[in-house]
Amino acid sequence: MTSGLWELVLEGVWVTIQLLFFSSLLATAVSFVVGVARTHRLWIVRFLAGFYTEVFRGTSALVMIFWVFFVLPPAFGWQLVPMWAGTLALGLTYGAYGSEIVRGALGAVDPAQKEGGIALSFTPWQRMRLILLPQAVPEMIPPFSNLLIELLKGTALVSIMGMGDLAFSGNLVRLALQESAEIYTYVLLIYFVIAFLLTRVMRGLEKKLKTGVGKAPVREPDTELKRPETSNVGGAA
Amino acid sequence: MEWDWSAVSDFMPHFWDGLLVTLQILVLGSLLSFVLGLVWALLMRVPSRWVTWPVGAVTEFVRNTPLLVQLFFLFYVLPEWNVTFSALTTGVVAIGLHYSTYTMQVYRAGIEAVPAGQWEAATALNLPVRRTWTAVVLPQAIRRVVPALGNYVISMLKDTPLLMAITVLEMLGEARLFSQQNFQFTEPLTVIGVAFIIVSYLASLALRALERRLAH
Repeated sequence: MTSGLWELVLEGVWVTIQLLFFSSLLATAVSFVVGVARTHRLWIVRFLAGFYTEVFRGTSALVMIFWVFFVLPPAFGWQLVPMWAGTLALGLTYGAYGSEIVRGALGAVDPAQKEGGIALSFTPWQRMRLILLPQAVPEMIPPFSNLLIELLKGTALVSIMGMGDLAFSGNLVRLALQESAEIYTYVLLIYFVIAFLLTRVMRGLEKKLKTGVGKAPVREPDTELKRPETSNVGGAA
Repeated sequence: MEWDWSAVSDFMPHFWDGLLVTLQILVLGSLLSFVLGLVWALLMRVPSRWVTWPVGAVTEFVRNTPLLVQLFFLFYVLPEWNVTFSALTTGVVAIGLHYSTYTMQVYRAGIEAVPAGQWEAATALNLPVRRTWTAVVLPQAIRRVVPALGNYVISMLKDTPLLMAITVLEMLGEARLFSQQNFQFTEPLTVIGVAFIIVSYLASLALRALERRLAH
C-alpha cells in the first residue's frame, strides 16, 4: 500500500473516532434522561420513557440510519450534515440500550438507602443526585463498556450511507488496489485496537469510581446469564 | 410530510419477500451460532494452552470488530482464494460466526453454573468424560442458557439488515430497491421499521413464555 492510501485510511480512522465520540456523548445523555425517567413517580413519564426504549431497541440501528438520512429530510424540509445524522441515529438507538443499564443499576441500589434519604427529608432530586447515582454509576461502568464497544462496531454502519469512515475508506482502498485481503485485515485490526484501548480506559474508570464508594471491581462468572433482556445491542455490528 | 398508502400497497409484495429472506437468515444464522458457540466453549475447556489461547484470541477478535467489515472480508476475500458462495450463504456464515463468539460466553457461563457436586458425583460414579458431558453437565447447562441465547437471536434479527451491504435482498434491501425505483423513501422505510419492532416484540414475548416454562 502506498502512503497516499494510508492517508485515506487515517482520515477514515479520524471520522470514526469523531463519530464515536459524539454519538457516545448523545447516547450517555439519552441513557441517563430516559433511565431516570423510568423510575419517575408519575406513570405517564414512566410509560413514555418505556415506549421510547421499546421502539428504539426494537428496530435495527441500520434501519434507523436509513430513516434519519432519507425520511427526515423530506418530512421536515431540512437535511442534516452526515456527521450529525449519523450521531443522531446511533446516539438515539444506543441511548435506548443504555437507559436499560441506568434503570437496572438504579433499581439495584439497596432500598434502605432511598428510605434513609426520605427519612432525612431529601427532595427526590437530592436523593437521586446525592444518594442513588453515586452508588449506581460505578455499577453501570462494565455494561456501559460493552455498549461502547457495540457502538464502535455500530459506527461502521454509516459507511453504507457513503460517510467516509474507516469501513468506507477500506472499500475505497479495495477498489484502488483491486485486492481485498490485505486492506480488510488492516481495517479489522484497527477496529480491534480501538476496542482494546476503550476496554482498558473503561476498566480504569471502573476501578477509580469503585474505590470512591469503597468497593473492589468484581467479575462474576455468571453475569452472562443474568443479563437483562437483549442487553446486547442488536443492529450493531 | 405526505403519506401515500398506494406506495405501501405497492411495496407489500416486496416486503413479504424480504421478510422471508430475513427470517431465513435469522434461523440459519442462529443454528450456526448455537453450534459454533458450543464448539468454542468446549474447546476453551480443553486443558491445554495451545488450544485455549488461539481460540480465545480469535473469538475475542471477531467479537470486537464490526460485523459489516467481516461481511466485506468474507464477501470479497473468499473469491480471491477461489472459494465462492452465494451472497446469502456468505451472510449467514458471517452472522453465525460473529454471534457464535457471543453465544460461546453464554455457554461458558452455563457450564460454570453447574454445581461442583454434579462433577464430583460423575467422578464418584466413574462415568467416562464423554458421558459426564452428554448426560450430566450439558443437559443442565443448556437448560440454563436458553433465555440468554434467545436474547442473542433477537439481537441477530436486528443485524440482518447489514446483509444488504453484500447485495442480499432482505427487508431493508427490498425497501431500498423499491425506494430507488419509485423515489418514495418514507413509506417502505417506515413499513420495515415498524415490522422490525413487531417481530422483535413478538420474539421477546415468545422468549418470556419459554423462560417461564423452563423455570418450572
